[in-house]
Amino acid sequence: MSNTERLLLSGNEAVARAALDCGVSLGTAYPGTPSTEILENFSLLGGKAQWAPNEKVALEVGIGAAFAGARVLVTMKHVGLNVAADPLFTVAYTGVSGALVIVSADDPGMASSQNEQDNRHYGRAAGVVILEPSDSQQAYDLMREGLEISHRWQMPVILRMTTRICHSKTIVTPGEKNLPTEAPNFERDVTGRVMIPAYARPAHRKLRAKLAEIEKWNESCALNEVFEQDKTLGIICSGISYMHVREAAPEASILKLTMTYPLPLEKIRKFVDSVQRCMVIEEGDPYLAQCIRAAGMEVEDKDPMYRFGELNVTRVKRILAGDNTPEAAPPKGKPPQLCIGCPHRNVFETLSKHGCIVAGDIGCYTLGVLPPFEAMDSCVCMGASIGVGLGLRHVLPDEQAKKVVSVIGDSTFVHSGITGMVEMMYNQPKTGHVLMILDNSTTAMTGLQEHPGTGRTLDHQPTHQLDYEKLANAIGIERVFVVDPFKNMEDLDKILVESLASEQPTLIVTRRPCLLVSKKIKQYQEKANQTCQS
Amino acid sequence: MKNNKVTNVVFAGLGGQGVLKASDIMSEAAFATGSDVKKSEIHGMSQRGGSVSSDVRFGEEVSSPMVPSGEADYLVVLSSDQVENNRAMLKPNGVLITPDSIDVSQLPNKRSINVALLGMLSSHLEIDEKTWMDAIRGNLSEKLHEINEQAFALGRQTRQG
Ligand SMILES: Cc1ncc(C[n+]2csc(CCOP(=O)(O)OP(=O)(O)O)c2C)c(N)n1
Ligand code: SF4
Repeated sequence: MSNTERLLLSGNEAVARAALDCGVSLGTAYPGTPSTEILENFSLLGGKAQWAPNEKVALEVGIGAAFAGARVLVTMKHVGLNVAADPLFTVAYTGVSGALVIVSADDPGMASSQNEQDNRHYGRAAGVVILEPSDSQQAYDLMREGLEISHRWQMPVILRMTTRICHSKTIVTPGEKNLPTEAPNFERDVTGRVMIPAYARPAHRKLRAKLAEIEKWNESCALNEVFEQDKTLGIICSGISYMHVREAAPEASILKLTMTYPLPLEKIRKFVDSVQRCMVIEEGDPYLAQCIRAAGMEVEDKDPMYRFGELNVTRVKRILAGDNTPEAAPPKGKPPQLCIGCPHRNVFETLSKHGCIVAGDIGCYTLGVLPPFEAMDSCVCMGASIGVGLGLRHVLPDEQAKKVVSVIGDSTFVHSGITGMVEMMYNQPKTGHVLMILDNSTTAMTGLQEHPGTGRTLDHQPTHQLDYEKLANAIGIERVFVVDPFKNMEDLDKILVESLASEQPTLIVTRRPCLLVSKKIKQYQEKANQTCQS
Repeated sequence: MKNNKVTNVVFAGLGGQGVLKASDIMSEAAFATGSDVKKSEIHGMSQRGGSVSSDVRFGEEVSSPMVPSGEADYLVVLSSDQVENNRAMLKPNGVLITPDSIDVSQLPNKRSINVALLGMLSSHLEIDEKTWMDAIRGNLSEKLHEINEQAFALGRQTRQG
C-alpha cells in the first residue's frame, strides 16, 4: 500500500516513522543533540513519547515496557549512553520479551557536544548488537530490522547513528506496516530477570551463546553488502563513511558493514582475500580496523590524524592517497552567543563582577564562559557542577573556597543535579556552598524541550511540576532564594554576596523564562485552559 | 555513475536568518522534480546567532550528503559578513549569491531575504516556478505565503534584469 510513497526525511524522522510503522508502544528519552527530534517526531506522528529526567531512567522505563512484551524505542545522544550504561550492561543479560531498540546518536566532530566518544565500543563492552545506518532509508530499515533482531533473540539492540545521519535529509520509501500481534502481558521469569549472582552467572553464558548465534547469522544475512568492482582496491566501511567512500573512490570494491557488532569476520576475511589492497575507512576510533587486525587479517587504515572530527569526501581521498600533510584549518565562523536579552546574561555578569570561581555545567549557559562574561571555570558533564564545586570547596584555602559557586540549568539539575544537592548537605564543606539553579523554564540548549520542572509533558500537556525550593528544603537546605535575574538584578547581586558571606549551604534559583520559550509557554497555557473549559 | 551530474548548493549565514529554511525549500523543490536529493546541515548551538551552513545536493544519484570544499556550483550567503569564511566552498566559476544585489527596500519584510535569494538562485536552475512556489508554501505558515512569494519574485527578477 505505502510502497510507492517517496519521502524526503532526516534520519531522525525516518527512525520515528519506522517506529510508528512497527507499532512501537512507547518511546522514551532525554533530549540531546543530534537525537532529540526522533521522539518529537514520533509524538507528532501519534506515537506515545515521553521525556524522562535522564537517560538512565529513560532506559529503565524502556526495559520495564519491553519486559512486559512491548516494542520500545529509547533514544539518547552518545554521552547519554554513559548515564544509561548501568542498566545497559545488565539488560544485555536479562534480555527482553518484546523488543528494545536503543538509539545512540554520536557526534563526531562535536557539533554540539563535550566529547566525541565512539559508542560502537559499547557493543563489544556490553555484548549488544550494533547497527549502523548510512542514510535515512537505512535508518528507517534498520529501526525495523533492530526490532526484529531484538525480538528474535530477546535482547536489546543499539542503533548507532551520527550527526550527519540524524540531521541529513535523504529519500525514504517506507515499508508495509508491521504491527505486533500480541498485546503486552506480564509473565513471570524470575531467573531470567532477577540478576542475583546465582541467576546472573547463567545469564552471562546465555548472552554469549546468543551473540555467537547472531554472529553466525550476520555472516550470511543481507545486512552487510559487498560491491565487487576493481579488485586492486577494496574498502571496508560503515555508516556515513560508506557514502563518502562511494564518491571518493567510485571504482573501488566495497564491503559495507551494517551490523558492526558482532562482526561477520568470515565475510570480512573473504573480502580482504579477494582484493589486492584492503583499507578500512571509518569515522572516529579505529574500531573496525582493530577488530579486523585482531582476527589476524592484514588491512590498512587511516592515519591517527583522521581520528579527530568528521570524515568527508576530501578527507577520504586524502586517506586513500596516504596524504598525512597538515589539513587547512576550517575557516572561522562567528561563534554562538547568549541571545541578547537572555536571562542567563545577568547571572554571569553578577558572578563575574564578584570574581567567583564558577563550577559550571552544560546548557545554553555554558556560553557564560565566553567574553564578555568569562565567568565559568569548569564544565565536565551534565550535573558535574555541584560535585566539582564541592570538591573545590573541600580542599581550597578558605579565601578561595568561599568564592566557589556551582551553576546549573533547570533541566540539567533534574537530569543529574539532585544527588549532588544531597551530597552538598551530607558532606558539607566548612565554608558552606552556593548552588544556583538557572531556571529558564525549558531545556533551551537542545531546542526548548519540556522536563519535570516545567510541569508539562513532551507534547506540552500539563502534568505535575517539580518544586526545586521544596526539594531543597526536604534535603535540608534552609537558605533558599528565588529571584528574577532580569527584573531584579540588584536583588540577585545582594543575595549572592550575602550567601557567599554566610558560609551556609544556599540555593539560589534564578527564575525567568528563556526568551524563545516565553511566548510558547503562553500558548501552551491558553490551550490547556481551553481544554479544561470545554 | 560517470555521467551523473550532481548540482551542489551551499547556504550560509547566521543563526536565526533562515538558512535552514532556505535549504529545506531548495531540497524540496529538487525532490519534487524526481531527482535524488540529499540535504545536510549542522545545527545545535546555531540558534544563538553563530555561523550556520547547509548543503543541498541533487542529481541522478547523490552519495555523500556534504558538498566537498571547492565544489559548490552555487554559494548562497544570507549575511554579507559570512561570505569570506564560506568562499572556499565555491568551485572556480561557481556563482555567489548575496543580499548585496537585492534592493532590500523593496522587500515586504526583511526577514524574507532568504526566499528572495532563492528567487535569484532559481533563475540559474531548471526547476519550474510552480514547483518553487509549492515548496515555499509547504515550508511556511499560510500567513507568510504572500510576502514570501513577493520576495521570491523580486529575487528572480533581480537576476533576470
Ligand atoms: C548525558 C547528556 N545528555 C544530554 C546532553 C545534551 N544536553 C546538553 S545541556 C542539556 C540541557 C540544557 O538545559 P538546561 O540545563 O535547562 O539549560 P538551558 O540550555 O536551558 O540554559 C542537554 C539536554 C548532554 N550533554 N549530556
Ligand atoms: S535560547 Fe534562551 S536560554 Fe538560550 S541563549 Fe537564547 S534566551 Fe538564553
